[in-house]
Amino acid sequence: MKNTFKLKTAFACVVAAGLASSAFADADTDKLVINGEIDIITTTVAPAHLENVDTIYSGWHFRSDETQAFQMDDFDNPGMIGVEKASENWDTVDGSEGKSCASCHGEAESMAGVRAVYPKYNEEKGKVTTLAMEVNNCRTERMGAEKWKYTGGTMTDMVALISSVSRGMPVNVAIDGPAQSTWEQGKELYYARTGQLELSCANCHEDSYGMMIRADHLSQGQINGFPTYRLKNTKLNSAHARFKGCVRDTRAETYNPGSDEFIALELYVASRGNGLSVEGPSVRN
Amino acid sequence: MKILAISAALTAVLATGVAADTVVPSDVVYEDGAVAMSLSGKAGDAAAGEKIMNKGAGNCIACHQITSLDYLAFQGEIGPALDGAGDRWSEAELRGIVANAKVMFEGTMMPSFYRTEGFYRLGDAYTGKAHPGNPEPLLTAQQVEDVVAYLTTLTE
Ligand code: HEC
Ligand code: HEC
Ligand code: HEC
Repeated sequence: MKNTFKLKTAFACVVAAGLASSAFADADTDKLVINGEIDIITTTVAPAHLENVDTIYSGWHFRSDETQAFQMDDFDNPGMIGVEKASENWDTVDGSEGKSCASCHGEAESMAGVRAVYPKYNEEKGKVTTLAMEVNNCRTERMGAEKWKYTGGTMTDMVALISSVSRGMPVNVAIDGPAQSTWEQGKELYYARTGQLELSCANCHEDSYGMMIRADHLSQGQINGFPTYRLKNTKLNSAHARFKGCVRDTRAETYNPGSDEFIALELYVASRGNGLSVEGPSVRN
Repeated sequence: MKILAISAALTAVLATGVAADTVVPSDVVYEDGAVAMSLSGKAGDAAAGEKIMNKGAGNCIACHQITSLDYLAFQGEIGPALDGAGDRWSEAELRGIVANAKVMFEGTMMPSFYRTEGFYRLGDAYTGKAHPGNPEPLLTAQQVEDVVAYLTTLTE
Protein backbone atom coordinates (compact mmCIF):
# COMPACT_ATOMS: atom_id res chain seq x y z
CA MET A 1 0.00 0.00 0.00
CA LYS A 2 2.74 2.40 0.95
CA ASN A 3 4.56 3.82 -2.01
CA THR A 4 7.72 5.49 -0.88
CA PHE A 5 10.24 4.65 -3.53
CA LYS A 6 9.79 5.70 -7.08
CA LEU A 7 13.33 5.11 -8.30
CA LYS A 8 13.68 5.10 -12.05
CA THR A 9 16.67 2.80 -12.11
CA ALA A 10 15.54 -0.78 -11.73
CA PHE A 11 18.75 -1.75 -9.96
CA ALA A 12 18.50 1.05 -7.43
CA CYS A 13 14.88 0.06 -6.92
CA VAL A 14 15.79 -3.46 -5.84
CA VAL A 15 18.48 -2.16 -3.49
CA ALA A 16 16.13 0.41 -2.00
CA ALA A 17 13.29 -2.06 -1.46
CA GLY A 18 15.62 -4.49 0.31
CA LEU A 19 16.92 -1.83 2.65
CA ALA A 20 13.54 -0.30 3.33
CA SER A 21 11.97 -3.55 4.47
CA SER A 22 14.87 -4.52 6.69
CA ALA A 23 14.89 -1.11 8.35
CA PHE A 24 11.13 -0.86 8.64
CA ALA A 25 9.97 -0.75 12.24
CA ASP A 26 6.22 -0.40 12.12
CA ALA A 27 3.74 0.27 14.90
CA ASP A 28 4.32 -2.12 17.82
CA THR A 29 1.64 -4.58 18.95
CA ASP A 30 1.30 -3.54 22.61
CA LYS A 31 -2.15 -3.09 24.17
CA LEU A 32 -3.32 0.04 25.97
CA VAL A 33 -5.62 -0.30 28.97
CA ILE A 34 -5.86 2.78 31.20
CA ASN A 35 -6.16 2.30 34.97
CA GLY A 36 -6.72 -1.39 34.33
CA GLU A 37 -10.26 -0.63 33.17
CA ILE A 38 -10.53 1.63 30.10
CA ASP A 39 -9.79 -0.39 26.95
CA ILE A 40 -8.33 1.83 24.27
CA ILE A 41 -8.65 0.94 20.59
CA THR A 42 -5.23 1.91 19.28
CA THR A 43 -5.31 -0.11 16.04
CA THR A 44 -8.27 -0.61 13.74
CA VAL A 45 -9.35 -0.72 10.10
CA ALA A 46 -9.11 2.60 8.34
CA PRO A 47 -12.35 4.51 7.71
CA ALA A 48 -13.72 4.08 4.17
CA HIS A 49 -12.74 7.56 3.03
CA LEU A 50 -9.00 6.84 3.48
CA GLU A 51 -7.58 5.90 0.10
CA ASN A 52 -3.97 5.01 0.83
CA VAL A 53 -4.04 3.43 4.28
CA ASP A 54 -5.61 0.11 5.38
CA THR A 55 -5.01 0.23 9.12
CA ILE A 56 -4.96 3.21 11.45
CA TYR A 57 -2.76 3.41 14.53
CA SER A 58 -2.69 5.69 17.52
CA GLY A 59 0.58 7.57 17.91
CA TRP A 60 0.95 5.63 21.19
CA HIS A 61 2.20 2.60 19.21
CA PHE A 62 5.21 4.47 17.90
CA ARG A 63 6.56 5.59 21.26
CA SER A 64 9.02 3.75 23.50
CA ASP A 65 7.80 1.35 26.20
CA GLU A 66 8.77 3.89 28.87
CA THR A 67 6.74 6.67 27.26
CA GLN A 68 3.82 4.30 26.68
CA ALA A 69 3.78 3.29 30.34
CA PHE A 70 3.05 6.86 31.49
CA GLN A 71 -0.36 6.61 29.90
CA MET A 72 -1.48 3.35 31.48
CA ASP A 73 -2.23 4.83 34.89
CA ASP A 74 -3.63 8.26 35.66
CA PHE A 75 -1.25 8.57 38.62
CA ASP A 76 1.69 8.29 36.23
CA ASN A 77 0.17 10.46 33.51
CA PRO A 78 1.51 14.02 33.92
CA GLY A 79 -1.29 15.25 31.65
CA MET A 80 -3.77 14.48 34.44
CA ILE A 81 -2.40 17.42 36.45
CA GLY A 82 -3.89 19.69 33.79
CA VAL A 83 -7.16 17.78 34.00
CA GLU A 84 -7.25 18.40 37.77
CA LYS A 85 -6.62 22.11 37.31
CA ALA A 86 -9.43 22.23 34.77
CA SER A 87 -11.77 20.44 37.19
CA GLU A 88 -11.29 23.34 39.60
CA ASN A 89 -12.01 25.82 36.83
CA TRP A 90 -15.09 23.83 35.89
CA ASP A 91 -16.58 24.67 39.27
CA THR A 92 -15.27 28.24 39.48
CA VAL A 93 -17.73 31.10 38.96
CA ASP A 94 -16.41 33.63 36.47
CA GLY A 95 -17.83 36.56 34.45
CA SER A 96 -20.76 38.96 34.73
CA GLU A 97 -23.45 36.23 34.83
CA GLY A 98 -22.10 34.69 38.02
CA LYS A 99 -21.91 31.21 36.57
CA SER A 100 -19.44 28.34 36.37
CA CYS A 101 -19.41 25.59 33.77
CA ALA A 102 -21.02 23.37 36.41
CA SER A 103 -23.96 25.80 36.85
CA CYS A 104 -25.28 24.72 33.46
CA HIS A 105 -23.51 21.48 32.60
CA GLY A 106 -23.46 19.79 36.01
CA GLU A 107 -20.61 17.31 36.42
CA ALA A 108 -17.79 17.29 33.87
CA GLU A 109 -18.81 13.68 33.18
CA SER A 110 -21.83 15.13 31.36
CA MET A 111 -19.35 15.86 28.56
CA ALA A 112 -18.82 12.10 27.91
CA GLY A 113 -19.00 11.50 24.16
CA VAL A 114 -18.49 15.13 23.20
CA ARG A 115 -14.77 14.93 22.38
CA ALA A 116 -15.42 11.99 20.05
CA VAL A 117 -17.57 13.99 17.62
CA TYR A 118 -15.56 17.23 17.48
CA PRO A 119 -14.83 19.23 15.34
CA LYS A 120 -18.50 19.37 14.43
CA TYR A 121 -20.85 21.55 12.38
CA ASN A 122 -22.61 24.08 14.61
CA GLU A 123 -26.03 25.04 13.23
CA GLU A 124 -26.24 28.30 15.09
CA LYS A 125 -22.80 29.52 13.99
CA GLY A 126 -23.20 28.09 10.50
CA LYS A 127 -19.70 26.64 10.59
CA VAL A 128 -17.59 23.79 11.89
CA THR A 129 -16.38 24.50 15.43
CA THR A 130 -13.75 22.94 17.67
CA LEU A 131 -14.05 22.15 21.36
CA ALA A 132 -11.90 25.16 22.24
CA MET A 133 -14.30 27.39 20.27
CA GLU A 134 -17.29 25.92 22.11
CA VAL A 135 -15.63 26.56 25.45
CA ASN A 136 -14.88 30.17 24.54
CA ASN A 137 -18.38 30.57 23.15
CA CYS A 138 -19.83 29.56 26.53
CA ARG A 139 -17.45 31.91 28.29
CA THR A 140 -18.16 34.99 26.21
CA GLU A 141 -21.82 34.42 25.25
CA ARG A 142 -23.18 32.59 28.29
CA MET A 143 -20.96 33.53 31.24
CA GLY A 144 -20.00 37.08 30.34
CA ALA A 145 -16.36 36.10 30.90
CA GLU A 146 -13.15 36.76 28.96
CA LYS A 147 -12.17 34.21 26.37
CA TRP A 148 -9.19 31.98 26.99
CA LYS A 149 -6.19 32.02 24.64
CA TYR A 150 -6.78 29.36 22.00
CA THR A 151 -3.66 27.28 22.67
CA GLY A 152 -3.03 28.61 26.20
CA GLY A 153 -2.62 26.35 29.22
CA THR A 154 -6.03 27.07 30.77
CA MET A 155 -7.85 26.23 27.54
CA THR A 156 -5.75 23.16 26.79
CA ASP A 157 -6.33 21.87 30.33
CA MET A 158 -10.10 22.30 29.87
CA VAL A 159 -10.03 20.47 26.54
CA ALA A 160 -8.04 17.72 28.29
CA LEU A 161 -10.73 17.45 30.98
CA ILE A 162 -13.49 17.24 28.38
CA SER A 163 -11.47 14.62 26.45
CA SER A 164 -10.66 12.55 29.52
CA VAL A 165 -14.33 11.73 30.16
CA SER A 166 -14.61 10.29 26.61
CA ARG A 167 -11.58 8.03 26.84
CA GLY A 168 -12.27 4.65 25.27
CA MET A 169 -15.08 5.95 23.05
CA PRO A 170 -14.42 5.71 19.32
CA VAL A 171 -13.71 8.92 17.43
CA ASN A 172 -16.61 9.50 15.08
CA VAL A 173 -16.56 12.94 13.45
CA ALA A 174 -19.07 13.64 10.69
CA ILE A 175 -17.54 14.47 7.32
CA ASP A 176 -20.66 14.74 5.18
CA GLY A 177 -23.63 17.10 5.07
CA PRO A 178 -22.84 20.64 6.16
CA ALA A 179 -19.32 19.62 7.30
CA GLN A 180 -18.28 18.32 3.92
CA SER A 181 -16.82 21.48 2.35
CA THR A 182 -14.73 22.13 5.46
CA TRP A 183 -13.56 18.52 5.40
CA GLU A 184 -12.56 18.87 1.72
CA GLN A 185 -10.58 22.00 2.56
CA GLY A 186 -8.79 20.12 5.34
CA LYS A 187 -7.98 17.26 3.01
CA GLU A 188 -6.44 19.67 0.51
CA LEU A 189 -4.28 21.15 3.25
CA TYR A 190 -3.20 17.67 4.33
CA TYR A 191 -1.82 16.87 0.90
CA ALA A 192 -0.37 20.32 0.10
CA ARG A 193 3.43 20.36 0.01
CA THR A 194 4.53 23.45 1.89
CA GLY A 195 7.67 25.49 2.45
CA GLN A 196 11.17 25.24 1.11
CA LEU A 197 11.32 21.54 2.02
CA GLU A 198 8.07 20.96 0.09
CA LEU A 199 6.65 18.35 2.45
CA SER A 200 2.98 17.62 3.12
CA CYS A 201 1.45 16.01 6.18
CA ALA A 202 0.92 12.96 3.95
CA ASN A 203 4.60 12.72 2.98
CA CYS A 204 5.55 12.10 6.60
CA HIS A 205 2.42 10.65 8.21
CA GLU A 206 0.90 8.62 5.36
CA ASP A 207 3.83 7.64 3.10
CA SER A 208 6.45 7.22 5.83
CA TYR A 209 4.86 6.24 9.14
CA GLY A 210 6.82 3.53 10.89
CA MET A 211 10.11 4.92 9.57
CA MET A 212 12.70 6.98 11.34
CA ILE A 213 13.21 10.57 10.26
CA ARG A 214 16.43 11.44 12.03
CA ALA A 215 15.73 10.60 15.71
CA ASP A 216 11.94 10.53 15.37
CA HIS A 217 9.82 7.44 14.80
CA LEU A 218 7.08 8.67 12.50
CA SER A 219 3.48 7.92 13.47
CA GLN A 220 0.35 8.51 11.41
CA GLY A 221 -0.03 11.93 13.03
CA GLN A 222 -3.40 11.02 14.56
CA ILE A 223 -5.12 13.39 16.99
CA ASN A 224 -7.23 10.94 19.01
CA GLY A 225 -4.70 11.44 21.82
CA PHE A 226 -4.96 15.21 22.06
CA PRO A 227 -4.27 17.19 24.08
CA THR A 228 -0.92 15.41 24.41
CA TYR A 229 1.48 15.86 27.28
CA ARG A 230 4.92 16.04 25.66
CA LEU A 231 7.96 15.03 27.66
CA LYS A 232 9.89 17.40 25.40
CA ASN A 233 8.15 20.60 26.55
CA THR A 234 6.62 19.18 29.76
CA LYS A 235 3.12 20.50 29.15
CA LEU A 236 -0.17 19.67 27.51
CA ASN A 237 -0.18 20.57 23.82
CA SER A 238 -3.21 21.34 21.68
CA ALA A 239 -3.65 19.82 18.23
CA HIS A 240 -3.28 23.24 16.59
CA ALA A 241 0.01 23.88 18.36
CA ARG A 242 1.26 20.54 17.05
CA PHE A 243 0.06 21.32 13.52
CA LYS A 244 1.88 24.63 13.70
CA GLY A 245 5.15 22.97 14.68
CA CYS A 246 4.90 20.40 11.91
CA VAL A 247 4.19 23.04 9.23
CA ARG A 248 6.99 25.26 10.52
CA ASP A 249 9.40 22.35 10.20
CA THR A 250 8.86 22.30 6.44
CA ARG A 251 10.33 25.83 6.37
CA ALA A 252 6.85 27.16 5.61
CA GLU A 253 4.69 30.04 6.73
CA THR A 254 2.33 28.42 9.23
CA TYR A 255 -1.37 29.02 9.79
CA ASN A 256 -2.51 30.41 13.12
CA PRO A 257 -4.02 28.22 15.83
CA GLY A 258 -7.78 28.75 15.69
CA SER A 259 -7.67 29.80 12.01
CA ASP A 260 -10.23 28.49 9.52
CA GLU A 261 -7.43 26.49 7.88
CA PHE A 262 -6.46 24.69 11.09
CA ILE A 263 -10.11 24.07 12.00
CA ALA A 264 -10.55 22.39 8.61
CA LEU A 265 -7.31 20.48 9.03
CA GLU A 266 -8.35 19.35 12.51
CA LEU A 267 -11.64 18.01 11.16
CA TYR A 268 -9.87 16.16 8.37
CA VAL A 269 -7.11 14.73 10.58
CA ALA A 270 -9.69 13.71 13.22
CA SER A 271 -11.66 11.89 10.50
CA ARG A 272 -8.55 9.90 9.55
CA GLY A 273 -8.78 8.52 13.08
CA ASN A 274 -12.50 7.64 13.05
CA GLY A 275 -12.62 4.30 14.88
CA LEU A 276 -9.66 4.85 17.22
CA SER A 277 -10.52 5.54 20.85
CA VAL A 278 -10.35 9.00 22.35
CA GLU A 279 -7.15 8.86 24.40
CA GLY A 280 -6.51 12.42 25.56
CA PRO A 281 -4.68 13.46 27.56
CA SER A 282 -2.04 11.15 26.09
CA VAL A 283 1.71 11.14 26.66
CA ARG A 284 4.22 11.53 23.85
CA ASN A 285 7.87 12.49 23.61
CA MET B 1 39.63 54.87 -7.75
CA LYS B 2 39.74 51.87 -10.05
CA ILE B 3 41.42 49.68 -7.46
CA LEU B 4 38.84 50.70 -4.92
CA ALA B 5 36.00 49.78 -7.25
CA ILE B 6 37.49 46.40 -8.02
CA SER B 7 38.11 45.57 -4.40
CA ALA B 8 34.58 46.67 -3.54
CA ALA B 9 33.24 44.36 -6.22
CA LEU B 10 35.45 41.55 -4.93
CA THR B 11 34.23 42.06 -1.39
CA ALA B 12 30.65 41.92 -2.61
CA VAL B 13 31.38 38.69 -4.45
CA LEU B 14 33.04 37.16 -1.42
CA ALA B 15 30.31 38.34 0.90
CA THR B 16 27.54 36.59 -1.00
CA GLY B 17 29.80 33.67 -1.86
CA VAL B 18 28.81 33.87 -5.52
CA ALA B 19 31.85 33.65 -7.75
CA ALA B 20 31.92 34.70 -11.39
CA ASP B 21 31.53 31.21 -12.88
CA THR B 22 28.84 30.08 -10.47
CA VAL B 23 25.69 28.84 -12.17
CA VAL B 24 22.70 30.40 -10.40
CA PRO B 25 19.87 27.96 -9.50
CA SER B 26 17.52 29.17 -12.25
CA ASP B 27 20.22 28.60 -14.91
CA VAL B 28 21.06 25.00 -14.06
CA VAL B 29 20.53 22.72 -17.07
CA TYR B 30 19.24 19.20 -16.35
CA GLU B 31 19.60 16.40 -18.89
CA ASP B 32 17.63 13.33 -17.82
CA GLY B 33 17.95 14.61 -14.28
CA ALA B 34 21.75 14.99 -14.48
CA VAL B 35 23.87 18.15 -14.45
CA ALA B 36 27.16 17.91 -16.37
CA MET B 37 29.09 20.99 -15.23
CA SER B 38 30.30 22.01 -11.79
CA LEU B 39 27.88 24.57 -10.34
CA SER B 40 30.67 26.56 -8.74
CA GLY B 41 33.20 26.18 -11.53
CA LYS B 42 35.42 24.46 -8.98
CA ALA B 43 36.03 20.94 -7.81
CA GLY B 44 34.24 19.73 -4.69
CA ASP B 45 35.89 18.93 -1.36
CA ALA B 46 34.72 15.48 -0.19
CA ALA B 47 35.70 16.11 3.44
CA ALA B 48 33.60 19.27 3.56
CA GLY B 49 30.78 17.32 1.86
CA GLU B 50 30.88 14.64 4.54
CA LYS B 51 30.19 17.29 7.19
CA ILE B 52 27.14 18.58 5.30
CA MET B 53 25.60 15.11 5.45
CA ASN B 54 25.02 15.66 9.15
CA LYS B 55 24.37 19.31 9.68
CA GLY B 56 22.49 22.46 8.81
CA ALA B 57 20.52 22.62 5.62
CA GLY B 58 22.06 19.40 4.31
CA ASN B 59 21.11 17.00 7.08
CA CYS B 60 20.96 14.20 4.54
CA ILE B 61 21.06 11.53 7.23
CA ALA B 62 17.68 12.72 8.49
CA CYS B 63 16.42 10.54 5.63
CA HIS B 64 19.38 8.38 4.54
CA GLN B 65 21.64 5.84 6.18
CA ILE B 66 25.35 5.71 5.40
CA THR B 67 27.22 2.80 6.94
CA SER B 68 30.61 4.52 6.88
CA LEU B 69 29.16 7.37 8.95
CA ASP B 70 27.92 4.99 11.64
CA TYR B 71 29.45 7.23 14.31
CA LEU B 72 26.50 9.56 13.65
CA ALA B 73 23.49 8.49 15.69
CA PHE B 74 19.89 8.48 14.43
CA GLN B 75 20.15 7.93 10.70
CA GLY B 76 16.79 8.11 8.96
CA GLU B 77 15.01 5.59 6.76
CA ILE B 78 12.92 7.72 4.40
CA GLY B 79 15.23 7.36 1.41
CA PRO B 80 17.50 4.47 0.35
CA ALA B 81 20.84 3.99 2.11
CA LEU B 82 23.51 5.89 0.21
CA ASP B 83 26.09 3.10 0.47
CA GLY B 84 27.29 2.47 -3.08
CA ALA B 85 25.66 5.63 -4.45
CA GLY B 86 28.97 6.38 -6.18
CA ASP B 87 28.69 3.07 -8.08
CA ARG B 88 25.02 3.49 -8.98
CA TRP B 89 25.20 7.04 -10.26
CA SER B 90 27.63 9.12 -12.31
CA GLU B 91 28.98 12.38 -10.92
CA ALA B 92 26.63 14.32 -13.21
CA GLU B 93 23.64 12.31 -12.02
CA LEU B 94 24.59 12.82 -8.39
CA ARG B 95 24.90 16.57 -9.02
CA GLY B 96 21.42 16.59 -10.54
CA ILE B 97 19.97 14.57 -7.64
CA VAL B 98 21.49 16.83 -4.99
CA ALA B 99 20.65 20.08 -6.82
CA ASN B 100 17.03 19.13 -7.56
CA ALA B 101 16.06 15.51 -6.97
CA LYS B 102 12.55 16.21 -8.27
CA VAL B 103 13.85 16.19 -11.83
CA MET B 104 15.27 12.66 -11.53
CA PHE B 105 12.59 11.31 -9.17
CA GLU B 106 9.24 12.89 -9.91
CA GLY B 107 7.31 13.78 -6.77
CA THR B 108 10.08 12.62 -4.42
CA MET B 109 10.12 13.60 -0.76
CA MET B 110 13.75 14.67 -1.13
CA PRO B 111 13.99 18.47 -0.94
CA SER B 112 15.47 20.48 -3.83
CA PHE B 113 18.73 21.75 -2.39
CA TYR B 114 19.66 24.13 -5.21
CA ARG B 115 16.38 25.66 -6.27
CA THR B 116 14.96 29.04 -5.30
CA GLU B 117 11.59 29.31 -7.05
CA GLY B 118 8.13 27.77 -7.07
CA PHE B 119 7.48 27.19 -3.36
CA TYR B 120 4.05 27.22 -1.71
CA ARG B 121 3.75 29.18 1.55
CA LEU B 122 7.47 29.74 1.75
CA GLY B 123 8.63 30.47 5.29
CA ASP B 124 11.63 32.36 6.60
CA ALA B 125 13.73 29.33 7.57
CA TYR B 126 12.15 27.71 10.68
CA THR B 127 10.45 30.81 12.09
CA GLY B 128 6.99 29.94 10.76
CA LYS B 129 6.81 33.49 9.34
CA ALA B 130 6.40 34.26 5.64
CA HIS B 131 9.52 34.79 3.53
CA PRO B 132 9.11 37.62 1.04
CA GLY B 133 10.48 36.88 -2.43
CA ASN B 134 12.75 33.95 -3.22
CA PRO B 135 14.96 32.27 -0.61
CA GLU B 136 18.64 31.41 -0.70
CA PRO B 137 19.05 27.83 -1.91
CA LEU B 138 19.39 25.27 0.91
CA LEU B 139 22.96 24.59 -0.20
CA THR B 140 25.36 26.95 -2.01
CA ALA B 141 26.84 25.94 -5.37
CA GLN B 142 30.10 24.99 -3.68
CA GLN B 143 28.32 22.98 -0.98
CA VAL B 144 26.51 21.01 -3.71
CA GLU B 145 29.90 20.28 -5.29
CA ASP B 146 31.33 19.24 -1.93
CA VAL B 147 28.43 16.86 -1.32
CA VAL B 148 28.74 15.42 -4.84
CA ALA B 149 32.48 14.89 -4.31
CA TYR B 150 31.67 13.04 -1.08
CA LEU B 151 28.95 10.89 -2.67
CA THR B 152 31.32 9.73 -5.44
CA THR B 153 33.51 8.23 -2.69
CA LEU B 154 30.62 5.99 -1.57
CA THR B 155 31.58 2.88 -3.55
CA GLU B 156 31.30 -0.74 -2.50
C1 HEC C 1 -25.20 29.59 31.09
C2 HEC C 1 -25.07 28.18 30.87
C3 HEC C 1 -23.71 27.68 30.42
C4 HEC C 1 -22.49 27.87 31.02
C5 HEC C 1 -22.18 28.68 32.25
C6 HEC C 1 -21.54 27.12 30.25
N1 HEC C 1 -22.16 26.50 29.21
FE1 HEC C 1 -21.33 25.29 27.85
N2 HEC C 1 -23.06 25.15 26.85
C7 HEC C 1 -24.26 25.71 27.26
C8 HEC C 1 -25.28 25.46 26.26
C9 HEC C 1 -26.72 25.91 26.33
C10 HEC C 1 -24.63 24.74 25.23
C11 HEC C 1 -25.25 24.27 23.91
C12 HEC C 1 -26.17 23.15 24.10
C13 HEC C 1 -25.45 21.92 24.52
O1 HEC C 1 -24.86 21.30 23.68
O2 HEC C 1 -25.49 21.60 25.72
C14 HEC C 1 -23.26 24.55 25.65
C15 HEC C 1 -22.33 23.83 24.95
C16 HEC C 1 -21.06 23.52 25.41
C17 HEC C 1 -20.14 22.63 24.74
C18 HEC C 1 -20.45 21.84 23.47
C19 HEC C 1 -21.18 20.60 23.89
C20 HEC C 1 -21.66 19.72 22.76
O3 HEC C 1 -22.27 18.69 23.10
O4 HEC C 1 -21.51 20.03 21.60
C21 HEC C 1 -19.00 22.59 25.49
C22 HEC C 1 -17.75 21.78 25.19
C23 HEC C 1 -19.21 23.48 26.61
N3 HEC C 1 -20.47 24.02 26.53
C24 HEC C 1 -18.28 23.71 27.60
C25 HEC C 1 -18.45 24.64 28.61
C26 HEC C 1 -17.42 24.99 29.56
C27 HEC C 1 -16.02 24.37 29.60
C28 HEC C 1 -17.94 25.93 30.37
C29 HEC C 1 -17.24 26.69 31.48
C30 HEC C 1 -16.02 27.38 31.09
C31 HEC C 1 -19.32 26.16 29.94
N4 HEC C 1 -19.58 25.35 28.87
C32 HEC C 1 -20.20 27.03 30.55
C33 HEC C 1 -24.48 26.40 28.42
C34 HEC C 1 -23.48 26.82 29.28
C1 HEC D 1 8.96 16.29 7.98
C2 HEC D 1 7.98 15.33 8.46
C3 HEC D 1 6.66 15.85 9.00
C4 HEC D 1 5.70 16.56 8.34
C5 HEC D 1 5.74 17.11 6.93
C6 HEC D 1 4.59 16.68 9.26
N1 HEC D 1 4.90 16.07 10.45
FE1 HEC D 1 3.63 15.78 12.01
N2 HEC D 1 5.13 14.90 13.05
C7 HEC D 1 6.41 14.67 12.59
C8 HEC D 1 7.18 14.02 13.62
C9 HEC D 1 8.64 13.62 13.50
C10 HEC D 1 6.33 13.86 14.73
C11 HEC D 1 6.65 13.21 16.08
C12 HEC D 1 6.60 11.71 15.92
C13 HEC D 1 5.27 11.24 15.42
O1 HEC D 1 4.30 11.11 16.21
O2 HEC D 1 5.14 11.04 14.19
C14 HEC D 1 5.04 14.41 14.33
C15 HEC D 1 3.91 14.40 15.14
C16 HEC D 1 2.66 14.81 14.73
C17 HEC D 1 1.45 14.68 15.53
C18 HEC D 1 1.36 14.09 16.93
C19 HEC D 1 0.90 12.67 16.90
C20 HEC D 1 0.66 12.09 18.25
O3 HEC D 1 0.23 10.92 18.34
O4 HEC D 1 0.89 12.75 19.26
C21 HEC D 1 0.43 15.17 14.78
C22 HEC D 1 -1.02 15.27 15.18
C23 HEC D 1 1.00 15.62 13.53
N3 HEC D 1 2.35 15.37 13.53
C24 HEC D 1 0.26 16.19 12.51
C25 HEC D 1 0.83 16.70 11.33
C26 HEC D 1 0.07 17.41 10.33
C27 HEC D 1 -1.41 17.70 10.39
C28 HEC D 1 0.96 17.76 9.36
C29 HEC D 1 0.72 18.61 8.12
C30 HEC D 1 0.29 19.96 8.40
C31 HEC D 1 2.26 17.23 9.73
N4 HEC D 1 2.14 16.60 10.95
C32 HEC D 1 3.41 17.32 8.96
C33 HEC D 1 6.88 14.95 11.33
C34 HEC D 1 6.16 15.58 10.33
C1 HEC E 1 13.20 14.36 3.44
C2 HEC E 1 14.01 13.20 3.16
C3 HEC E 1 15.30 13.36 2.34
C4 HEC E 1 16.36 14.19 2.59
C5 HEC E 1 16.51 15.23 3.70
C6 HEC E 1 17.38 13.85 1.61
N1 HEC E 1 16.92 12.86 0.80
FE1 HEC E 1 17.97 11.96 -0.69
N2 HEC E 1 16.36 10.82 -1.17
C7 HEC E 1 15.18 10.80 -0.46
C8 HEC E 1 14.29 9.83 -1.07
C9 HEC E 1 12.87 9.49 -0.59
C10 HEC E 1 15.00 9.27 -2.15
C11 HEC E 1 14.51 8.20 -3.12
C12 HEC E 1 14.12 8.85 -4.41
C13 HEC E 1 12.67 8.67 -4.73
O1 HEC E 1 11.84 9.38 -4.12
O2 HEC E 1 12.33 7.83 -5.56
C14 HEC E 1 16.30 9.91 -2.18
C15 HEC E 1 17.30 9.60 -3.10
C16 HEC E 1 18.61 10.05 -3.00
C17 HEC E 1 19.70 9.57 -3.82
C18 HEC E 1 19.64 8.47 -4.86
C19 HEC E 1 19.52 7.18 -4.09
C20 HEC E 1 20.47 6.07 -4.46
O3 HEC E 1 21.48 5.95 -3.79
O4 HEC E 1 20.18 5.35 -5.39
C21 HEC E 1 20.82 10.25 -3.43
C22 HEC E 1 22.22 10.11 -3.97
C23 HEC E 1 20.41 11.16 -2.38
N3 HEC E 1 19.06 11.01 -2.15
C24 HEC E 1 21.25 12.03 -1.73
C25 HEC E 1 20.86 12.92 -0.73
C26 HEC E 1 21.74 13.91 -0.16
C27 HEC E 1 23.19 14.09 -0.51
C28 HEC E 1 21.00 14.62 0.74
C29 HEC E 1 21.43 15.81 1.60
C30 HEC E 1 21.99 16.94 0.89
C31 HEC E 1 19.66 14.04 0.74
N4 HEC E 1 19.62 13.02 -0.17
C32 HEC E 1 18.63 14.46 1.55
C33 HEC E 1 14.87 11.55 0.64
C34 HEC E 1 15.67 12.53 1.20
